[in-house]
Amino acid sequence: MDAVIENLPLYLEGFGTTVLLLVVSGLAALVIGTLVAAMRISPVASLRWFSTGYTELVRNTPLTLVLFFTAIVLPILGSRLDFVTAAFIGLSVYTSPFIAEALRSGINGVPVGQAEAARSVGFGFAQTVGLIVLPQAFRMTVPPLINVFIALTKNTSVAGAFFVVDLFATGRILANDRGDAVIPILLGVATFYLLITVPLGLLAARLERRWVVQR
Amino acid sequence: MTGSSVLFDAPGPVARRRSRISSIIGAVLILAGLGWIVVTLAAPKGNLPGYFDPSRWEPFTNPIVWERIFTVGVWGTLSAALTASAFALILGTVFSLLRSAQTAWIRIPTAVVLEFIRGMPVLLMMLFILLVLSTGTFWAVVAALSLYNGVLIGEALRAGLASLPRGQREAGLSLGMRPMQSKILVEFPQAFRQMLPIIIAQLVVLLKDTSLGYIVGYVELLRVTMNQLATFYGNYYLFSFYIVALVLYLIMNLSLSWVARWVSRRTASKTGSPTPNPDEENEELLKGIATANAERRQTGKGAI
Repeated sequence: MDAVIENLPLYLEGFGTTVLLLVVSGLAALVIGTLVAAMRISPVASLRWFSTGYTELVRNTPLTLVLFFTAIVLPILGSRLDFVTAAFIGLSVYTSPFIAEALRSGINGVPVGQAEAARSVGFGFAQTVGLIVLPQAFRMTVPPLINVFIALTKNTSVAGAFFVVDLFATGRILANDRGDAVIPILLGVATFYLLITVPLGLLAARLERRWVVQR
Repeated sequence: MTGSSVLFDAPGPVARRRSRISSIIGAVLILAGLGWIVVTLAAPKGNLPGYFDPSRWEPFTNPIVWERIFTVGVWGTLSAALTASAFALILGTVFSLLRSAQTAWIRIPTAVVLEFIRGMPVLLMMLFILLVLSTGTFWAVVAALSLYNGVLIGEALRAGLASLPRGQREAGLSLGMRPMQSKILVEFPQAFRQMLPIIIAQLVVLLKDTSLGYIVGYVELLRVTMNQLATFYGNYYLFSFYIVALVLYLIMNLSLSWVARWVSRRTASKTGSPTPNPDEENEELLKGIATANAERRQTGKGAI
């Protein structure tokens, strides 16, 4: 326990990096994922194929290999990135197809009858999508999206093993330093992760219960 | 909402032409981007040749390299993944039964423990098992992956159990089965079958996550290619080893994903009922969880 309290400033520093990784790559993944999902349902065939290929490719690549991509291939292509930016790029690229899938399954979850009804009372495309489909899809989408962000929180630890000193890397360094107190040190790290993931999980469960059952 | 044609009127000749033109423009832009990447990679770097130059791929003419990649690398990955899958399925079954138990003092502690495991990074679990239990890297990787994926498979199975019609359980009980018998003999096989595509999708995740073993020092595909062979041959060949590792991972994962899709189609055509699609895992899980919660509220008791 002493080992945790002594090193609390280091823990907090690592925790800050983890939160920074989560927020920045989460937002970036949201942007990329929305673009990919929009391409996936767009009437333009070539964009549809591209997004399908992108989703399949990235979803079946381990995160470690995506991070290696930012470390090995991007510099060849002429990037001059520092480690934190490389971690941001790797995490957001890896997360984006999952976000796209969550968005798409939300839109697919809205019964066709809803759109048909909207069309039959004379709504146009923008009205059908904006007033009828998206508000319902939103409810179906938010809990899975929260689950994607929970997964991202846990995945930041992989970036910590590669590039940046986040919570996981801090834990590893401390565990190496203090061989006598490995258990409390690692449990301390776990606690900080649970501080993010458990509230998010409870929120997702709550929203699921409140929103999905109603329809 | 699969038929997006509902959203707009049938396109006329002008709209069709416009869509064709934008499709061609999109394709040209995408191809230009990909082409730029290929050209940049192929261009010589200073006095070194480009990355597609045959000299960069020389190690792969040596059969010993391939032998090492397959017998040590791919085998390391697959053996860890297979062992962990077997344990994850067993743990998932046990967790789903424990968590849908009738007695609160079994259900609630299980739920707390499962939430704890679910909220932790797999990597941290691997490190913990490795350092605290000093099991060796293989068992650290296998144990962490089985625990984590066992919890997720357990959740899927629980959702599957909850989404079964109540008549199944009632029929079992009315035949004189005990609650546990009805659960194992009647309900569980159906839930397992219904959730099989989701379970296989989870096994794809497990297979991908074996690459985290690289970080704790387990010798698998990534460690063999990106570390051992790349160190032996030097950085000159790093890119080539990366591409080979990527392609091998893609082959393994895509074939497993393809199996998941095939199973989902097959069960759907056999039972005649819509089964969950691995691509829309979230939605289906959501439905199952929602049913579970609705049921809980109805009966005032725990999940069935």
